[in-house]
Amino acid sequence: MKAFTRETSTVAYVPGVNCDTDQIIPGRFLKADRAEGYDKFLFHDIRRDPDGKLDPTFPLNRPGAGCSTILLVEDNFGCGSSREGAVYALADAGVRALLAPSFGDIFFNNALKNGIVPVRLPVATCEALADHLAADPSATVTVDLEADQVVLPGGLGSHPITIDAFARDCLLQGLDEIEMTFTYMDRILTFETDRMARNPWLAR
Amino acid sequence: MTHASDTAPRTLFGKIWDAHEILRHPSGQSLLYIDRDLIHEGSFHAFADLKRRGLRPRRPRQIFGIADHYVPTLGRSADDAASPAIARMIRTFDENMEWGGLRHFGIASREQGIVHVVAPEQGITLPGLTIVCSDSHTSTQGALGAIAFGIGQSENAHVLATQTLWQMRPRTMRVTVTGQLGRGVTAKDVMLALIARIGAAGAGGHAIEYAGEVVRDMSIEARLTLCNLSIEAAARLGMVAPDETTFRYVAGRHYAPTDQEWDLAMAQWRALPTDDGATFDREVEMDGAAIAPMVTWGTSPEDAVPITGRIPDPASFASPEKRKAAAKSLEYMDLAPGTALDGLPIDRVFIGSCTNSRIEDLRAAAAILKDRKAAVPAIVVPGSTQVREQAEAEGLARIFREAGFEWRQSGCSMCAAMNGDVVGPGERCASTSNRNFVGRQGPGSRTHLVSPAMAAAAAITGRLTDVRRL
Ligand code: SF4
Repeated sequence: MKAFTRETSTVAYVPGVNCDTDQIIPGRFLKADRAEGYDKFLFHDIRRDPDGKLDPTFPLNRPGAGCSTILLVEDNFGCGSSREGAVYALADAGVRALLAPSFGDIFFNNALKNGIVPVRLPVATCEALADHLAADPSATVTVDLEADQVVLPGGLGSHPITIDAFARDCLLQGLDEIEMTFTYMDRILTFETDRMARNPWLAR
Repeated sequence: MTHASDTAPRTLFGKIWDAHEILRHPSGQSLLYIDRDLIHEGSFHAFADLKRRGLRPRRPRQIFGIADHYVPTLGRSADDAASPAIARMIRTFDENMEWGGLRHFGIASREQGIVHVVAPEQGITLPGLTIVCSDSHTSTQGALGAIAFGIGQSENAHVLATQTLWQMRPRTMRVTVTGQLGRGVTAKDVMLALIARIGAAGAGGHAIEYAGEVVRDMSIEARLTLCNLSIEAAARLGMVAPDETTFRYVAGRHYAPTDQEWDLAMAQWRALPTDDGATFDREVEMDGAAIAPMVTWGTSPEDAVPITGRIPDPASFASPEKRKAAAKSLEYMDLAPGTALDGLPIDRVFIGSCTNSRIEDLRAAAAILKDRKAAVPAIVVPGSTQVREQAEAEGLARIFREAGFEWRQSGCSMCAAMNGDVVGPGERCASTSNRNFVGRQGPGSRTHLVSPAMAAAAAITGRLTDVRRL
């Protein structure tokens, strides 16, 4: 996994509460091989008009928006389908951090496993940040995982990043979770032997 | 968050979680033992990951593959798929299953169906287990008293490689539904009413236990519908304590224990229900008698109202975000505030999906359709091949056909439109599925979520209709 320590960027604001993963990547694109790159599917249908032309009013279609590696989004972002393709699309488009009042649980975990930091901020802070960005699109935000804080522009101060220490460590070190778990294999095997002895039908 | 000691009263959730916690990392995450991992065609990324690492599934006997998302419903071979790319997904799935030495129910298998319908049906889902699948509606399977939740592909690769998963312990929420449901009101309506009340983000970070008289009285199939929709309230999972109804359902299923092992299992299962005095982080109570048949009007499952209701005015919502979202939804749905839902014309009907495609769902729909004709195009997609066969044996298939419904082979079909079964742009569909998201049933599709009986009623009149009137 790509390590994450600190990221400073302008911020693209993609509004919409309950933005589900079907909006982030429509189901029909999930057949694609990852090697192809998933960035071209990001927000595919909602950033285009029905004829397939890019809608110039969609935030990420505006000039310069594509350079932002931090997105401001709304409540319950990434709800719905567990498709990790939603995170692949964001990651392949260069997104490193997301700011929102809340995220879908599965999406949240998927993001962490792909080197993207989802930062939960109070609703009022998100609203104030959106207002500030409208007035000053060149304002930047710093997501500093080492210092465990996100630094906002426009007098909005800094806020703690509320991801658990385990996920934080993995991100900071770009740690491979499977390899890390293998170091606990003796404890897994002891547990498993006991569980199978009491539930032998589980592994038939 | 509290971790109960050995003697303190515990919840159903707490007991199963504790029994699967191999260790707790100092940071707070638990390494959980996973009893069952279920695979579908979309899991191919996890297999690519394993192959890249030179790993293979560590516990093949605890992994089951079931083809559902991409399978055609008009034939039973990959050659029947809607496009070569979809056919490739089905073939890749078979190849991966063989490569991993995994038991799998491919497209032509008699055990095939939607993973969350098949797993309980086959006894793969059992009380007290931890079950994962790279699909958010894995929550369905908690209906048998299991911890069952959806994961992503990275997590799936982790489970395949280690049979474990790192997880933060969710908070707990109990939803108690008291009294009795009225005529024509189903588990689907209970959930749409709950989601409308607490919101599509309302149970975020929580494991829900459903309780109360209404839930006690429900069949397993109704409980599966209940737990299925937990994810639409953003819950991590949903569950119902195992009881006699559960044990009767599980007994004799293919992968369920038998003989002395059954007794061994029962001793464990009987100890699972939440102890008196155990506390939940959150409690929600609903009066079952006050719930009406529900229908959604917008593009989130929280946009649900009783069929007797009207489309709300976006201005009536409290927050500016909700006002904006409601206005956008209505624009997409081509609906005006104040319109009565009852009588709204629709273009087609879909009965299917892991929410409502089991035999009781088909019986409920067929009871309404008997000796009547559908006024709009309609399809029924049974949740599994076994459900299909049973419905044929019971004469339900004939009722559907005579009513003008297409009687399809089982799969996810029009729920997610990945196999090519789509609702056309601008078409309005009364659907028994679980998501009315923008474009979910095909680009430009407009979905109204309803129960199977309500879908049947809508088919007959060509309009959203209060089934209690028919
Ligand atoms: S029926 Fe729909 S919701 Fe259920 S597993 Fe299939 S695609 Fe997902």
